[in-house]
Amino acid sequence: MSGFFPWQPAASAYGRQIDLLAAAFGTMVWLLAIPVFVLMAVFAWRYRRTREVNRQNRPNGNVWVEASWSVIPFLMILVFYVWATSLYLDLRQPPEDAVTIDVVAKQWMWKFQHPEGAREINDLHVPVGTPIKLVMTSQDVIHSLYLPALRIKQDVVPGRYSTLWFTADRAGAYPLRCAEFCGADHSVMGGKLIVMEAADFAAWQAAHNGNGALSAAERGARLYRTSGCAGCHDRTQEGLAPALSDIFGRQVVLADGSRTRADEQYLRDAIMLPNKQVVAGFRGIMPSYAASFSAEEVADLVAFLKSAPSADGRIAQP
Amino acid sequence: MNAEPPKDRFQSPQEDSGPSYLRAGHTLRSWLLTTDHKRIAILYLFAISFFFLVGAIAAALIRLDLLTPAGDLLTNDGYNRAFSLHGIIMVWFFLIPSIPNTFGNFLIPLMIGARDLAFPRLNLLSWYIYVVAGLVTLYVVLGGGVDTGWTFYTPLSSVYANGAVVAAILAVFISGFSSILTGLNFIVTIHKLRAPGMTWGRLPLFCWSHYATSIIFVLATPVLAITLLLVAAERLIGIGVFDPDLGGDPLLFQHLFWFYSHPAVYIMVLPALGVISELITCAAHKRIFGYWFVAYASIAIAVIGFFVWGHHMFVSGQSFYASAVFSFLSIAVAVPSAIKVYNWTATLYKGDVELSAPLLYALGFIGLFVAGGLTGLMVAMLAIDVHVHDTYFVVAHFHYIMVGGTVTAFFGAMHYWWPKITGRMYNENLARASAIIILVGFNITFFPLFVMGYEGMPRRYHVYPEQFQVLQVIASSGSALLALGYLLPVFYLGWSLFRGERATANPWGATGLEWTTSSPPPKHNFVEQPVVVRGPYDYPLAHPASRDNG
Repeated sequence: MSGFFPWQPAASAYGRQIDLLAAAFGTMVWLLAIPVFVLMAVFAWRYRRTREVNRQNRPNGNVWVEASWSVIPFLMILVFYVWATSLYLDLRQPPEDAVTIDVVAKQWMWKFQHPEGAREINDLHVPVGTPIKLVMTSQDVIHSLYLPALRIKQDVVPGRYSTLWFTADRAGAYPLRCAEFCGADHSVMGGKLIVMEAADFAAWQAAHNGNGALSAAERGARLYRTSGCAGCHDRTQEGLAPALSDIFGRQVVLADGSRTRADEQYLRDAIMLPNKQVVAGFRGIMPSYAASFSAEEVADLVAFLKSAPSADGRIAQP
Repeated sequence: MNAEPPKDRFQSPQEDSGPSYLRAGHTLRSWLLTTDHKRIAILYLFAISFFFLVGAIAAALIRLDLLTPAGDLLTNDGYNRAFSLHGIIMVWFFLIPSIPNTFGNFLIPLMIGARDLAFPRLNLLSWYIYVVAGLVTLYVVLGGGVDTGWTFYTPLSSVYANGAVVAAILAVFISGFSSILTGLNFIVTIHKLRAPGMTWGRLPLFCWSHYATSIIFVLATPVLAITLLLVAAERLIGIGVFDPDLGGDPLLFQHLFWFYSHPAVYIMVLPALGVISELITCAAHKRIFGYWFVAYASIAIAVIGFFVWGHHMFVSGQSFYASAVFSFLSIAVAVPSAIKVYNWTATLYKGDVELSAPLLYALGFIGLFVAGGLTGLMVAMLAIDVHVHDTYFVVAHFHYIMVGGTVTAFFGAMHYWWPKITGRMYNENLARASAIIILVGFNITFFPLFVMGYEGMPRRYHVYPEQFQVLQVIASSGSALLALGYLLPVFYLGWSLFRGERATANPWGATGLEWTTSSPPPKHNFVEQPVVVRGPYDYPLAHPASRDNG
């Protein structure tokens, strides 16, 4: 039967909970459906025209019957609603200590950027038992990163950052697919999620970081310098542009009086669409860098801004 | 037949009524310029059947291509164009207009005792609009196709796709006006043209469901029209509504699109529910169980259906709270659907059941609709949807509703009202066989998709992992059986047109007003204005003295 049901056991605790939920719900689905199927067939046959049976006292409606068969299944399903929603909430809350990997999707490949510098295309290597947080954006159309072995997926949208996190707990190679139709080669846009034991992963990482590869933050710092960002942002005394040290995660007061948290999305928008959210006390004079930076370069800059605060308001230069 | 409706149900029984609508004029002109709702329904039937065939050919290409994991029949791009056309044609040119524009058009005036729809010329106009939209679609088909999927997600559709996107959008845009005009016409007709005594409580459930459908037609279709115009404008002149490079928001498109397209699912299925209510109560020769619950369930589905669109976007990046609310409302909309299923089952209880072909179609419909609805609840569950979203699981789910539901109901309606429309009977045994072949073929085609979807087979894949080939081949072979089941009626119904036994006014012993006029009906439906004095499903108790001795 393996050809029929090559069911892949889930490679994470979360995935096994999804399987349990789906199996339990699937069981209830059958329990709700079978009585309908059986009664329909029985009634149609038992009360068929040619048969002499008692047809006295035929019911034409009963409010209590109607109410009970609407409300009771609804309440049963509500139990599953709470269960499914709480699992979904878990998926939306990555742990603080998760390792962040940047993901850029484009027609038709997946680009992964590890925090230590290793970069790879289509295949993603992760250590077993470690929470991994993927921070994803797209360079062109909407894609969707789908890891069936972990029972998770998340759309990857141009102009936005979306996140997906998981802790794989079984070493092995699992499919990695694009689930959102993205054009001609949609069906071949994929690779493997390779979950490795810690020692193997360390060896892999050493081999891939070693050859002079810069980390994302280092590349971002270089870009920050060569693009002349420091020219305005490090001269905060003149009130030209806001200081960027320690910017990540801070509350920012905007010109319209509202507050926002400086997360990946905010920083990206500040670079690509600078007039969308102008910081209070500054004029909206920054030009858009949408035409200058690729999605990966923006990710590098954001990684740099996350990494290198300094005390004097100037940003640390490598 | 001892279940004839009581003679006093209608105060003015119909006398000999003159030539039928089919014989009132033989020229092409008398058909193409007709304002008779029955003839317009026939015009729709031809046009819609043609598009069903075109969409089915695209489906056949898809299923043949999927016989091998590498997809040897088509190129990547060719496959994408095939499934995009399959979706666009089936949704907008078959599923949405199928039952309302043929059977709704034909039956609503007959069922409420009217001579025609409220705006006969508008009705003809909506057919012409549909035909113009269809011609544009044919241009898309012959001009190489479109590669966006039927959902036209931006920025793929507005910037990156290289097919005839604007033409496809134009076709859908034009067809929307046909929907809106038909919906308006039905609403006004049902409000204003009911025969004396045809109170809302005596309105056939078919009319209730079309009333609910029409509300969606009128309220939701304009949203789609505007959304598609914005996509076309972005593609042609680069306005920044959906394109993030221009400051737009790709998710805005999804909100606008599904605000129409989720209610559109109910446009497809509500008329089918109305058909099944008529088929079940007639086959059981018994009043429907809980008339008001079934009637109001249609309205409830239409209303709640407007508040569930976000369940298409659980993995899009919308907020957790939005997802939680949309998930809850999606579960809530299942309640009125479940009420209908339970009431149909209860209607059979102590019925006087005629195991006719329409009943077999209706029972098949209920089975497939229940399977589609309950798996719909599974994908309404947030955490399950994250896994199965955009996989074959979802494809299986909506084909159970749209093909297993709407198409089966369309065939059921065709068999039930065929004697009324054509004045001829068909071969009952062949009809029963086709109902069973469709049910079996459908399940062989689409059940494997649930399994594949849960195993992680994404939809819209031309090249797929080898592990899925066995199930794909099973599905493809089932689709051949399904195609046979759909073709069989073409032959025996076609044969009946020439050789079929003449139908009486009321061959099923049904109680609806449409059965009081001759088969086929005269041009103006009724010789005299009927007066209604009873409810729509007042069947007398058959075998009054019989006891259960078995």
